Amino acid sequence: MSDNGPDMEAVIGLEIHVQLSTETKMFCGCRLSFGDEPNVHTCPICLGHPGVLPVPNRRAVEYALKIGAALECEIAARSIFHRKNYFYPDNPKAYQISQFDIPIAGPGRLGEVRIHRAHLEEDAAKMIHVGSSGRIQGSDASMVDFNRAGTPLVEIVTEPDLTSGAQVREWGQLLRATVKQLGVSNVNMEEGSLRCDANVSIRPVGSTELGTKTEMKNMNSFRYIERGVEAEIERQKQLVASGGRVIQETLHFDPSTGELHSLRSKEESHDYRYLPEPDLVAIAPTPEMLAEAVGSLPELPAARAERYASELGVQEGAAQLLSVETEWAEFFEGVLATDEAIEPRVAANWVTGEFAGELRRQDDQSLADSKVGPAELGSLVAMVSAKRISHGSAKAVLETMVAEGSDPEAIVQQQGLEQISDSGELEKIVEAAIENNPKPAEQVRSGNEKAIGALVGAVMKETRGRADGGEVTRLLRQALGL
Amino acid sequence: MADDRFTSATAAGLGRLIASGEVSAEESLNAWLEAASGDSLNAYLWKADPESAVAGVDRTAVGPLAGVPVAVKDIFCTEGVPTTAASRILEGYRPPYTATAVSRMAAAGTPMLGKTNMDEFAMGSSNENSAYGAVLNPWDTGTVPGGSSGGSAAAVAGGLAPWALGTDTGGSIRQPAALCGIVGLKPTYGAISRYGMIAFASSLDQCGPLTLDVTDAAVMLGALEGRDLMDSTSVGIEGGVTAPTAERLDGLVFGVPTELIGEGVEPGVKEVFDRSIEQIESLGGRIEEIKLPHAQHGISAYYVLAPAEASTNLSRYDGVRYGLREDGNDLVSMYEETRGTGFGPEVKRRIMLGTYALSSGYYDAYYGRAQRVRTMIVRDFDAAFAGVDFVLTPTSPSVAFGLGEKTEDPWTMYLNDLFTVPMSLAGIPAISIPGGLAEPAGGGNALPVGIQIAAPAFGEQKLVEAAFALETAIGFDGSPARSGSE
Repeated sequence: MSDNGPDMEAVIGLEIHVQLSTETKMFCGCRLSFGDEPNVHTCPICLGHPGVLPVPNRRAVEYALKIGAALECEIAARSIFHRKNYFYPDNPKAYQISQFDIPIAGPGRLGEVRIHRAHLEEDAAKMIHVGSSGRIQGSDASMVDFNRAGTPLVEIVTEPDLTSGAQVREWGQLLRATVKQLGVSNVNMEEGSLRCDANVSIRPVGSTELGTKTEMKNMNSFRYIERGVEAEIERQKQLVASGGRVIQETLHFDPSTGELHSLRSKEESHDYRYLPEPDLVAIAPTPEMLAEAVGSLPELPAARAERYASELGVQEGAAQLLSVETEWAEFFEGVLATDEAIEPRVAANWVTGEFAGELRRQDDQSLADSKVGPAELGSLVAMVSAKRISHGSAKAVLETMVAEGSDPEAIVQQQGLEQISDSGELEKIVEAAIENNPKPAEQVRSGNEKAIGALVGAVMKETRGRADGGEVTRLLRQALGL
Repeated sequence: MADDRFTSATAAGLGRLIASGEVSAEESLNAWLEAASGDSLNAYLWKADPESAVAGVDRTAVGPLAGVPVAVKDIFCTEGVPTTAASRILEGYRPPYTATAVSRMAAAGTPMLGKTNMDEFAMGSSNENSAYGAVLNPWDTGTVPGGSSGGSAAAVAGGLAPWALGTDTGGSIRQPAALCGIVGLKPTYGAISRYGMIAFASSLDQCGPLTLDVTDAAVMLGALEGRDLMDSTSVGIEGGVTAPTAERLDGLVFGVPTELIGEGVEPGVKEVFDRSIEQIESLGGRIEEIKLPHAQHGISAYYVLAPAEASTNLSRYDGVRYGLREDGNDLVSMYEETRGTGFGPEVKRRIMLGTYALSSGYYDAYYGRAQRVRTMIVRDFDAAFAGVDFVLTPTSPSVAFGLGEKTEDPWTMYLNDLFTVPMSLAGIPAISIPGGLAEPAGGGNALPVGIQIAAPAFGEQKLVEAAFALETAIGFDGSPARSGSE
């Protein structure tokens, strides 16, 4: 045991709010929108007028069932809505319709993290505080935009199974990819259609008890969450090591400064006075609805990574990278489809390695914006596989493709990069190289095989890289009598 | 003076006059607007402007209700028309939409006469909790009309409307109907859409008719009932409801919960009730004593459940979007000033009761326990209806009491609902019809006594048939009220 007390480990659980991409709101017929003029998508129901009643959105229920199925959750035979009561201007009825003790989806799992539950609820309105602080305290005025009020949400709560910021990021990205693939949400963190809160605590390694947790609110990227979580773990460890005690509070992580600020302590927390919602009947999915939710599931990222690795022989790292983002997986499969001769392992390396790297190098292009389609990259990889161009030339061609979007075949033709496949022609160049470089040739003949490198270089220079390195070496050895 | 060719008829009778072409819808509306304009009972909070109301009459409407105007309790949202639920907090509020029940009446061709006074947010049994003053009982203007649909009951009994829409949460249609000598019907929970009815206790609220006779109640219920896509708890009544025709009660069994009807009932009320029992028997019906063992706890359970739901239903009146706003230094003080000024004492009492009952740590002891009592009461009725067709009680333990007599003692006031609350908790239909007149316990003018008949869920047609036969046998003369006692 060190002077600083026992070694501590982090325990992290996540709460993820997913805005569903239904056409209309959770309990009324107003359209969902993002970025429209304030308060244009409202009605008496989502404004909380007297006498209005909620009517559940069937599509939202179906989407929640899909998420439940994808997370391998137990689906409740009859789940009920509750009212969660609190006063705030963004909460028009002064209660949020949510689910409490019987959520639509119970225990499940995604990857190595257990899911505690997933439930349906409605989103609050959006507040805009006028004034320098940007918060309600000290603002000159606050305005409410009810366009967002009543947007259907699924809140996914994990068990505290995560142990590091990096794991939070990786798992968060897997969850986002999974939900995205279901087609039930835009999962855009910057627009708030996916929001993640992290509950962080520490405990002595080996302990099974949970320490006091802090809650980190609503950050708009998983990279920030990773940094925030790491900063909070470090803060808690130092606090405890110096004899302090973690108090339960809500924190905000500022990615620009790397600092953590306390938003409110739990002593001020609300008593939500949960009440079974008398205006709604239980959600009792029919066997047909359940079958549809399970039957309509696409191949999800975790299963895809497994298939790429075990069936296609793709290296595990590349398989993970390709599976997290659906568009990358689709791109990869598009490359494979170009030519049967392309080996999946090779194609995966090209997609996740050279191609992804080139996009980053050239203005950090996104795949969606890239001028290179899977067919183009596929034809490039096929040329390499068929030894029509060298690996080195291919990288140069790729650079041009990413910059200009031209066809690789045309670039190769134009720049004359095709490898010299005529052995007779190559043999002549090899002989000339030996003749023009007598010194290394002599060294090789007298047993210093390493000296062959200079001769290979000379051939490559003469052919401007259009020769296959292996073939050149073979011909040189043959000519030198090895 | 209003033309009493129209105003002395029942609503169904007036509908026949209009349908036959004997009088026009405009004439009818004008006569009733004139009658309503003479409101000396404080029954109306808002009356239709004659010019625009007459201009709005749908001359193409046909059917038994076409042209028969209706008074609407001010708890129903009506587009562009002030709707306050008799609360200061909604002063000046004009809803952007209309309640389904009101739309259904309009679709049947009934113009709206006005919005009637009530206990604030339907909380009360005397109509003394209105922010806009008490309503007077047309039988004796020194007494209350009952509540919370007191304005609707007084308007119908006082000849200010042919019929009226009310709402009933724990007796708010039946008790004022009883105290005003008219008919009040609370349908099965779910029979009529609640959309646009300002919520008091959502799991109990149900709207229904206040009318001069059982036929009118059946006709109005027939127009109102039905599933509504805007209310996911609404289901309608299978087969609908039509005007009753039964003359006899042969083979029908009426269960009387003798234990429940104990010492709290005024002797005069008991007398009228006993007489109605004899009339049922003379029509061939049979009386059987039944037990509703948990019904006596109904009031206690109700006064936990209803305030609990009310406390969350009334949270939306926060000054942010509509209605009253009293400025404060910050958000919380704005809330406090607005709600402190806007709500009356009884509403505040119930919000506090309900908030407490739902608080973390108390939920099981109060709300949870009250729910269990409710379940037991449901089972009590299920067991009773296995052996009887109807349950029979007085509607209220007393006749109309004096203004101000019970305002200081909420519990005595709450006991008015002793016989009506169990049916509300069970969600079953119940009707109150006038059984006769009785002197109050302390002496004075003879006042109406209501007889309550309850039926199994969705048994409305059977219920109105039995009530119609009994009503005919009783032959109650409501006319003293029609001339008023002012």
